[in-house]
Amino acid sequence: MDDNIRHAHDIPNAHAPRPDHDDTLTHHKMLEIAVRELLVEKGIVTADEVREAVERMDARGPHLGARIVAKAWTDPAFKARLLKDGTAGAEEAGVQMDQVTRLIVVENTPEVHNLVVCTLCSCYPRMVLGIPPDWYKSRAYRSRAVREPRNVLAEFGTHLPAKVTVRVHDSTADMRYLVLPMQPKGTEGFDEARLAALVTRDSMIGVTTL
Amino acid sequence: MTPRFAVGSTVSVRHGNPPGHIRTPYYIRGKKGVVERICGEFRNPEELAYGRSGEPKQVLYRVRFAQKDLWPSYGGAGGDTVDIELYEHWLEP
Repeated sequence: MDDNIRHAHDIPNAHAPRPDHDDTLTHHKMLEIAVRELLVEKGIVTADEVREAVERMDARGPHLGARIVAKAWTDPAFKARLLKDGTAGAEEAGVQMDQVTRLIVVENTPEVHNLVVCTLCSCYPRMVLGIPPDWYKSRAYRSRAVREPRNVLAEFGTHLPAKVTVRVHDSTADMRYLVLPMQPKGTEGFDEARLAALVTRDSMIGVTTL
Repeated sequence: MTPRFAVGSTVSVRHGNPPGHIRTPYYIRGKKGVVERICGEFRNPEELAYGRSGEPKQVLYRVRFAQKDLWPSYGGAGGDTVDIELYEHWLEP
């Protein structure tokens, strides 16, 4: 399967032409371009600063959250501090956080499984996970995650026994959420880097376990 | 600002339906839950959205609701919950 995909991409025109994403100049796209160009023209920001900010945000990703999780698995005192104050914990793990939102870290245990959603829009812990996946912003996920979380989890391949409490976190305001997954069995004694490589984005949103 | 509600106390979400940029989802309005934690004071997003200062700041709570209280036909386990952030002016004793 993977070989076929790789192969297809090596051959020009191996797939049907895809529509362009930027062929319609919508109101909001136009507004963004106008404001950005005005700010540059007036010397308030430079084009390179805008580019740099985009590059900085794009460089963020699940590897940052994974670093926090791996540190929590190997250092119980750090884990306690992280659960008490997620923002301070993330900074202690070397992740630069913003000044606007606060991070709350919720811990999965044999008794409790946590799942994160933003029913109102697409609030996401971008500082530690980067850009959200498209499904996280979909209406289906946003409405169903609060209403039938166990069915949503099952569709992600996560089947939890009834004795495990499912705790949904609706990210409606100034808090952002990172799930601390349970450490997989058989990984005791792994160092932080090796553990971090095991931590997936979806496990930190809570749609899956490790 | 002293928080009006303590952690562990039962609160009701106002059943209001005001226009504007509201951060209280419909499905939680009129429901009863328990304060899980107090998140601190934040500028009111309902005001910020219109370019105003958002002052005075509002106390932000995380309130835990039982799924079976939110959806009568909830199919999961009895202990399942939803935790939501709610500003103080949306809460009643």
